[in-house]
Amino acid sequence: MLDLFFIIDLIPDILKGLMITLELSIISFIIGFVIAAIFMPARIFGGTLFASIVRSYIEVFRGTPLLVQLLLIYFGLPSLGIKFDPMTASILAFGLNSAAYQSEILRSSLKSIPESQFLSGESLGMSSLQIYRYIILPQAVRVAVPALVNELVTLIKESSIASIIGVVELTRRGEYLVATTFRALEVYIAVAIIYFVICFLVSQSTRLLERKFRIPGYERGGG
Amino acid sequence: MSKVLIVKNLRAGYRGQEVIKDISFSVEKGEKVVIMGPSGSGKSTLLKCLVRLIEPWGGTIIIDGTNVMNHNVDIRKIRMKTGFVFQSYNLFPHMTVLRNITLPLRVVKKYSNKKAEEIAMSVLKIVGMEEYANRYPLQLSGGQQQRVSIARALAMEPVILFLDEPTSALDPELREEVLQTLRKIARRGKSMLVVTHELDFAEDVADHIILVDQGIIIEEGPPNEILYNPKNERTKRFLKSIMRKMKNSNS
Repeated sequence: MLDLFFIIDLIPDILKGLMITLELSIISFIIGFVIAAIFMPARIFGGTLFASIVRSYIEVFRGTPLLVQLLLIYFGLPSLGIKFDPMTASILAFGLNSAAYQSEILRSSLKSIPESQFLSGESLGMSSLQIYRYIILPQAVRVAVPALVNELVTLIKESSIASIIGVVELTRRGEYLVATTFRALEVYIAVAIIYFVICFLVSQSTRLLERKFRIPGYERGGG
Repeated sequence: MSKVLIVKNLRAGYRGQEVIKDISFSVEKGEKVVIMGPSGSGKSTLLKCLVRLIEPWGGTIIIDGTNVMNHNVDIRKIRMKTGFVFQSYNLFPHMTVLRNITLPLRVVKKYSNKKAEEIAMSVLKIVGMEEYANRYPLQLSGGQQQRVSIARALAMEPVILFLDEPTSALDPELREEVLQTLRKIARRGKSMLVVTHELDFAEDVADHIILVDQGIIIEEGPPNEILYNPKNERTKRFLKSIMRKMKNSNS
């Protein structure tokens, strides 16, 4: 029988894993963003060689399972003499993986800015770099916000994969509790509730961010 | 009088298709030249070629004594000296009206914030938009946005203003405010090259009208000659068609 009160009792214990889950997903997100932000201008200005390297990177990381990437880094690299502890290996795998997705997000938001904006900057004598810095990027980031927040939510959920190599985050914490209480149903419901609440709060923050970065007059459907 | 713009044997096109076939003309200092012609005749391409927003195929373009086609020339220096007003205004939507104008002054001309703002306010006054300095472009009507974009071009103190169909994206009732603004700027002695279908404006303001069709100049001359006594059959047909359109939009 499902014991609701038992679920509530479990929550504080499972929450101990929450900090690790957040640390894992937020640091990976930041690493992914930095790499993607470097990729973006490089893809535009860097010539065809760099662009094709970046494209291959994206294809490889999007075309293979995250779990396999994690296992490769944690169990595969040591045979080349490169060793990481479980947490570092996870952050690395998630960060590199997220970079591929964030890179695509930034690229498509950049493409959504009409070329006339670029032309307008050019006609005023601005350099390409100035046009990106002052005109294109500030608008592209606004466009990218919802998709980036979505990516963070995905990372929070995917970070549960790190439990496989022994990172004691939310899911792993739950597994420990199952081992001691033998109440798998209640424990995993409690774990799911915590994931849901966190992901819900993060997705709701999109609205706040959108309001903060809103372009005045945009809601009238102009331009 | 000295010439601010000389165009000789200009050729340009897209993807192998020639749009501008062989065009030559010039604009004197303070002169207002209007370019007319059917849609797709290459007027807009012509204007964009002059500051190499579109790369021309060949010919000579000299702006204020500098050969634009010389590839050693820093094209940004030429663009700093010319003002360009687009059909769809192309203001930067994430910046206030004031910052739309001060941005190029600060980053291109390296003016101080204070000087840039002084210039911005003075040009906004010319176009009658000084009260809207702290609004954002999308909070304004199309006519107001176009006036701001004219102000932004003026702020760079251009030797010549290029205007690419400045009123054609606007509703008829908003056109007049933009045309009034342009008349005012014309009276201040600014050299202007305007692509437009506004016959009244061309008659009042232009010193010279150029008719372009299929990438070549089919007829040119002073307004009263071109508008009232055109010689070329294609000019006659074109004028008739825009008069018909005007009647329809006024009725």
